[in-house]
Amino acid sequence: MSEMTYSKAMADSVKLEMDKNPDLTYIGEDPAGGAMLVFMDAMMAHPDRFAVSTITETANAGYGVGAAMCGLPTIVDMMYADLMPCAMDEIYNQAANQNYIYNGQNPTHCPVVFRAMSGIGTGEGLHHSHNLEAWFCHIPGLKVIEPAFPDDAKGLFTAAIRDGSPVICFTHRKLGTTKCEVPEGEYVVPLGKARIVREGKDVTLISWSYPVLICLQAAAELAEKGIEAEVLDLRTLVPLDREAVMDSVRKTGRAVIVSEEHKTGSFAGEISALLAEEVFGSLKAPVVRCTTLDTPVPFAALEDEYVITPEKIIQAVKKTLGD
Amino acid sequence: MSLSKEQKRKMYKSLVLVRKFEEKMRECFLANKIPGFVHPYLGEEAVAVGVCSALIEGDKVFTHHRGTGHALALGCDPNRVMAEIFGKKDGLNGGRVGQMHLTDVAKGLVASNGIVGGAAPLSVGGAFACKHKKQGNLAIAFCGDGGSNRGTVHEALVVASVKKLPLIMVVENNLIQGANRFADMCNTETIACRAAGYGIPGVTVDGNDPEAVYEAVCQAAERARSGEGPSIIECLTWRMDGHYIGDTGFGKLPGENEEWQKKDPIKLYSEKLIAGKIATQAELDAMDAEAAEVVEAAEAFADNSPFPDKSVITNNVYAC
Repeated sequence: MSEMTYSKAMADSVKLEMDKNPDLTYIGEDPAGGAMLVFMDAMMAHPDRFAVSTITETANAGYGVGAAMCGLPTIVDMMYADLMPCAMDEIYNQAANQNYIYNGQNPTHCPVVFRAMSGIGTGEGLHHSHNLEAWFCHIPGLKVIEPAFPDDAKGLFTAAIRDGSPVICFTHRKLGTTKCEVPEGEYVVPLGKARIVREGKDVTLISWSYPVLICLQAAAELAEKGIEAEVLDLRTLVPLDREAVMDSVRKTGRAVIVSEEHKTGSFAGEISALLAEEVFGSLKAPVVRCTTLDTPVPFAALEDEYVITPEKIIQAVKKTLGD
Repeated sequence: MSLSKEQKRKMYKSLVLVRKFEEKMRECFLANKIPGFVHPYLGEEAVAVGVCSALIEGDKVFTHHRGTGHALALGCDPNRVMAEIFGKKDGLNGGRVGQMHLTDVAKGLVASNGIVGGAAPLSVGGAFACKHKKQGNLAIAFCGDGGSNRGTVHEALVVASVKKLPLIMVVENNLIQGANRFADMCNTETIACRAAGYGIPGVTVDGNDPEAVYEAVCQAAERARSGEGPSIIECLTWRMDGHYIGDTGFGKLPGENEEWQKKDPIKLYSEKLIAGKIATQAELDAMDAEAAEVVEAAEAFADNSPFPDKSVITNNVYAC
């Protein structure tokens, strides 16, 4: 074990997988200078595996999907979630459908991982602040992961590289320098498994990515008031760990879904629907979503209105308690 | 690269197989045996045969919605192609995807596409995979004159030219895109002239002459396989049928089909083979008859194959 930043942990995953698999390659627009410099260590260890691409998001995504179809696992670094729609066809239509089309015909499937930075909070404005997971979660054939902690980032990314399906990995812009103890060597955190990061009995906070850290802050404040919040980090959105979500809410009877998405059409809404359909009898209060506003995201001081804070989560919890 | 007598005869066999298959597909569609839509390749056979004859094992092909001819020219089993078009369980893809999405990974047909211009970005990855594996292979992307206008094709050629990837962009210019005329949709006389913008070679050839297509592909393939990068080959041809079967000839002018009938690739090639003493009329007739039998058998195979059971609907959404 050693303490590692989130960025270094992800780079470690890629470096170790490249050590192991001579066919694993990466393409991205600015690996040496780009968003979060996430993969720098891996690039220094395996410079020949890193293709620096032109500013051609459509072709870059297609490159990854096409190479994957031909047996090469490929990491496509799209830099920003906001740029992914430039390659929407390649992701939602070409990559997502291909295993279904092959129907077992292709022994190496379609092993492509798209990585992009997402999230609000560094004043980057309307074209650099999106959270788009809901779009990708909606498409059958894609898997979606959003690790909140460095140890999960390394293990999940390794699992994503090995999965054989197209996987989208969103990394929040505020997580790059966060640290925790990370195991040495290769390991996998399986896709589709949520983790309880704080146990509690009074309310379940269901979240993913950076907002999980804010949930933990809120839970600490709530504990001082005698309210014990359980914090469930989904880690993977698709496939969703439905059992973990339902079990926790059956236990506590109250659910707040905390996500940095715009409320309308959010994946938080999907989880609300799941709870209404499956655990209605256990609910002591309606499910509440703590999300961000349904407008484009302004920069500078106004952006503060969009950031998820412990206060907003606590307000949401109070609603479930009838306050 | 000059063709042997045997190779030329093989080309003819492939041309008539595609022709007979396309005619049968039309017949079956009009007899309500085929669900959805089909996009016929009738009249364009020489492009598929010319290109695929120049490929070697391990080459990767990415095609479009009108790709049945490519599948057959690559050697895909006509039974299984027909069954897939019919939506039957024994089809190449289990009967779940149909004519626009045929694949046969073992034969090099990596992907077919319902999105016009969709093959280009994928083919860049295929070309990269070929380069990485260092076995001298290349990738082919097929697009039409319509598809060539998409940004996907531009970006693919940017990446392939900058990275010197082993890619050949084959533009099947059949002069009509949907119901629109090529001349109205392109500001230049040819599409191949765009190659200069990427610093790569681009040629325009007679797409109804399989040997002309073959020659052009061989040259581009040598360039690609030796690490010099991509090329554009524009093949001028004409689709004798509609954009889809049932289309009443949108965009075509009166008499155009008849004019192009005189340049029918099979008619011209059979005349060439006879004149060059590569085959006799009787031998060509025998090849025609053999192709007709293969296609009849394909129809019967597809007829006899059952529809897939509902239980397979959720299979293979993911790799695991």
